[in-house]
Amino acid sequence: MTFPKFEYLAPQTLDEAISILEEKGPEVRVMAGGTDLLVKMRQGLLKPRTVVSLKRIQGLDKISFDRKDGLRIGATALLADVASHPSVRSHYPAVAYAASETANVQIRNMGTVAGNLCNAAPSADNAPVLTAMGACVVLAGPRGERCLPLDAFFLGPGLTAMEPSEILTEIRVPFPRRGTGTSYQHLSARGKVDISAVGVGVMLRVEGKTCREAGIILGAVAPTPLRARRTEKLLVGKSLTADLLERAGRSAAAESAPISDVRATASYRRKMVAVLTRRALSEAYERARRNAKKR
Amino acid sequence: MMKHSITLTVNGDRYTLAVFPWRTLNEVLREDLNLTGTKRGCGTGDCGACTVMVDGRTVSSCLTLAVDVDGKEILTVEGLAPDGERLHPIQEAFIEKGAIQCGFCTPGMEMSALYLLSNHPRPGEREIRHGLSGNLCRCTGYNKIVEAVAEASRRMEKNNGAPGGGRKP
Repeated sequence: MTFPKFEYLAPQTLDEAISILEEKGPEVRVMAGGTDLLVKMRQGLLKPRTVVSLKRIQGLDKISFDRKDGLRIGATALLADVASHPSVRSHYPAVAYAASETANVQIRNMGTVAGNLCNAAPSADNAPVLTAMGACVVLAGPRGERCLPLDAFFLGPGLTAMEPSEILTEIRVPFPRRGTGTSYQHLSARGKVDISAVGVGVMLRVEGKTCREAGIILGAVAPTPLRARRTEKLLVGKSLTADLLERAGRSAAAESAPISDVRATASYRRKMVAVLTRRALSEAYERARRNAKKR
Repeated sequence: MMKHSITLTVNGDRYTLAVFPWRTLNEVLREDLNLTGTKRGCGTGDCGACTVMVDGRTVSSCLTLAVDVDGKEILTVEGLAPDGERLHPIQEAFIEKGAIQCGFCTPGMEMSALYLLSNHPRPGEREIRHGLSGNLCRCTGYNKIVEAVAEASRRMEKNNGAPGGGRKP
């Protein structure tokens, strides 16, 4: 249960960190909070020769917001700080909620939203809402920066589109247009502190009662967070009645592709996708209507 | 592989140590500094037995590399009653309410309680349960623990928010 031996580096600049990744090749791992990486190392699933901590890089823990650029969450910003940030809470309530529901108190004081994404678990609590809201991640590498939409980021369990010498430096979430509402709903065995068995993130934009835009992302029911495209199409242009939300739930369940594991059976997961999607849509719709009136 | 020289302030005392990068804060506290009040449970951040504070925030010391907290202030359960005589109001409340059975989860529970009460001096039952959700008690004495934290909150408020009657936590 002790760790395999490794070399530890804590560069003070991003450039230095990227050079280390280039130089050390595939046997290096980047660490932010360490709450996923160190568990995997302890279980012997990963044996990196070098661990590069990002924590000494100044400014990487920044959370900033304005109406033009939207929300920016730095790579080492803690889950607890994202969850309690006043601008995140008021303009991105479902982002704050997902962060506040990730793991437990201690892990939220160590772990980061960026790390939750990079770990690329299909159950990552922070992925569905951010993806539904059209967030992108800034990847810095030897050839500069690129901004990749989260839709293109997740490739499989533990797999992302990041190059080995790239570092995720920031998450950018656009400022929601007028009439937008979001929600995250999830279930797990141990109250809500355990890894989610099902999670649903939703973004809706409405004009009056009519849905103009819908983003629905299902967590923990496919190899990656899954966009329920048919269900999104089902909603756009229609009046969001209780009956339609019910149908959307069933549609999302049909789109999901869950497996049975220690956390839940596939059939339970599928049923819960219907319930949680309906709940998420209904909360997002309420918030969207309030948001349309507010400004 | 080389050792790193780090400085930790633990319960107010400064230590300069040479540690291998793979050693956790938990191992350094227990094995190098003989502060065995902090327990080691699951090793994966689920049970909370290893909870300590780093710069005022609770963390799992089993998932914290000692090199990663170089220069930081650490508070362990030993720091709750520094003179070893007078107990912290949280500890008094745990004893009074019978919140201790086997005692293995107690140090972690108390650290989580302190963190909760520093941020929410008057928590309701839901807030207490939420604040302790990262700590497991396998004797399943949760009700008594929740009662103890509520009692500690009353005691600390009487001390004008200064735990231990003006003593730093």
